[in-house]
Amino acid sequence: MTISKDKIKIEGLTGDSAIAHALRQANLDVLAAYPITPQTIIVEDYQRFAADGEINAAVIPVESEHSAMSACVGASAVGGRVATASASAGLALMWEILYVAASMRMPIVFTVANRALSGPINIHNDHSDGMGMRDSGFIQLYCQSCQEAYDTTLMAFRLAEHHDILLPVMVGIDGFILSHNVERVEMLPDDEVEKFVGVRAPVDPLDPNNPLTMGPLALTDYYFEFKEQQDRAINRVPKVYKEVEAEFEKITGRKYGQFETYKTEDADIIIIAMSTMGGTAKVVADVLREKGEKVGVIRLKMFRPFPAEGIAKAVGNAKAVAIFEKAMSFGAAAHPLAMEVRTALYESKERPMILDFVVGLGGRDVPPTTFVEGIEKTKEYLKAGKAPKYETLGVRK
Amino acid sequence: MTESTPVLRHPMSKYIREDRQPFIYCSGCSIGIVTGMLARAIDNLGIDINKTVIVSGIGCTGRTSGYFKTGTYHTTHGRAIAFAEGVKIANPELEVIVVSGDGDISAIGGNHLIHACRRNIDMTVICINNMNYGMTGGQFGPTTEHERYSQTSPRPYGNLEHPFNLVKLAASSGATFVARWTAVQARRATKSIEKAIEKEGFSFVEIIGACPTAYGRMNRLGDGVTMHKHLLEVAEIQNGLPPHEAELDYATKIICGEFVNIEKPEYTAVLAEMQRKAKGE
Ligand SMILES: Cc1ncc(C[n+]2csc(CCOP(=O)(O)OP(=O)(O)O)c2C)c(N)n1
Ligand SMILES: [Mg+2]
Repeated sequence: MTISKDKIKIEGLTGDSAIAHALRQANLDVLAAYPITPQTIIVEDYQRFAADGEINAAVIPVESEHSAMSACVGASAVGGRVATASASAGLALMWEILYVAASMRMPIVFTVANRALSGPINIHNDHSDGMGMRDSGFIQLYCQSCQEAYDTTLMAFRLAEHHDILLPVMVGIDGFILSHNVERVEMLPDDEVEKFVGVRAPVDPLDPNNPLTMGPLALTDYYFEFKEQQDRAINRVPKVYKEVEAEFEKITGRKYGQFETYKTEDADIIIIAMSTMGGTAKVVADVLREKGEKVGVIRLKMFRPFPAEGIAKAVGNAKAVAIFEKAMSFGAAAHPLAMEVRTALYESKERPMILDFVVGLGGRDVPPTTFVEGIEKTKEYLKAGKAPKYETLGVRK
Repeated sequence: MTESTPVLRHPMSKYIREDRQPFIYCSGCSIGIVTGMLARAIDNLGIDINKTVIVSGIGCTGRTSGYFKTGTYHTTHGRAIAFAEGVKIANPELEVIVVSGDGDISAIGGNHLIHACRRNIDMTVICINNMNYGMTGGQFGPTTEHERYSQTSPRPYGNLEHPFNLVKLAASSGATFVARWTAVQARRATKSIEKAIEKEGFSFVEIIGACPTAYGRMNRLGDGVTMHKHLLEVAEIQNGLPPHEAELDYATKIICGEFVNIEKPEYTAVLAEMQRKAKGE
């Protein structure tokens, strides 16, 4: 049964505050973090909850992000429920430990206010930080709204700590666009969240009564088997995610799926985009449809594991797929999102034309007109029967 | 003939990228004062600004490098000293000066500080200690005093941790020149920066500064003028005091002066000597 409306607290919250509330309610044992814009407010809010006696968690305000993720791994190893938050350079500094967290199977929830990577230094949004960590073994969930940021953070604990999974989860929100903008957020009552997230049941934690060694050397003898198991675990995510979401939907009436489709059934051109760009894309689709153009949108939420089959099915018989992405993979055969989508569609009987538009790097605005420009180009390329491998839009050339 | 109105220019503006003005600093911040100290020190020494490299990390203080009209590098948060070591080792002819914040130098980049001191590589590190991470909005860090308030150590408890004393840290790590001043002691601090630059070895100059926007506001320390007046009141000059006695208590006493000035083999010189030997010269 969905929770009755009078028990729901509605507040205007930024994405950062919404996540801070989710972390407060998720009953953490440890949060370790280092400040970085545009994430910092998450931890500041959380520290205020701590000072007000609203949480039980120990907050470790470490001296760098490398230490933050390391402390999280340690706290998770003893069986705690653990979270951290960062962005950009901070995320990059965690690099070494990201891989350790994932392969040591530590169910840490890591919220990221996605921000461009240096250099030059830039504090605004793009997805180069998240895309950079895409092979680390983290599950990656990108959010379109502050509500979704709150919901996803709560679900992330269930997903991460599930015994079939035991993997860290990154929850991404667009820096400033979501992290600092206020939206209407419905918050569940504390006891309902407590029921939903439960208490972590650790598997083989560090325990003085039952000593075990973590992280010893595994060379040619066993290393590969660890990776094999990790690979199996991440491939079990879609099933568990569906179950967790179904439970969440029961109490809230909300669900997001691995991706969201919008007017795709009869679409000739399908836009694929992530995070807040999804919202803009849907508005653009509405306007273009009023003009008689069959445009639809797939807004991808789960980047890792990538829902390849689902995307292929959702694209169906569309003539073209126009990808709008906020990251570059310099010198690659395709940029990160396009690389996945192209691979996903390779098996399709009638492959659509695939366009890759790199937009919005370093926080460059991506207004509806950028999408329209991409769609106009797509129509030209469809007519011509060929298209460039990728294009950058909204940049001085 | 019309008379052109004379434009008043700051005497130090010759070293500053005026096209980057105004400074990003809040009113009442100490960083502008320290920028002036460094410009004057360079001017007083008469060193070639074009052979002077200014390196900084990320933070409000970290923005300093970009305002100087010479070769500068705005690096990443915490790594200024490591970048600067690269510059100095690759071209020992250059005068290398690092200007960075307390968080940059002693939190995320603390490791580089102690190792550069130990190595005794010839450079000058000016650390503006405003006792918090100013740029990110005033969180506590390793220089924040016990029980002080910040964005991450709110009322009623404040900071649970205890701060580093950076003078003691640099001295015990092996720096050959160590001094501390407050941002109001401009003349003395400038003199120490000059000595630090002239020193063939690792020099560390800490300038205690005010961040009225974040730290000052949260701890009700008053506006920029009040904070700087306070710094003058509590500053106590004790040149030559053993560094382990150079106490710092914002409310009551900030021991200032030059505490270490010793001679030790300098790293790039030792490296060059080793290379000469290896080549049998
Ligand atoms: C790896 C990394 N982590 C975090 C940040 C965010 N950040 C930017 S400046 C700063 C703190 C600056 O404090 P301090 O060095 O004391 O300089 P101030 O702004 O006080 O002058 C932080 C945490 C960053 N840029 N890079
Ligand atoms: Mg500082």
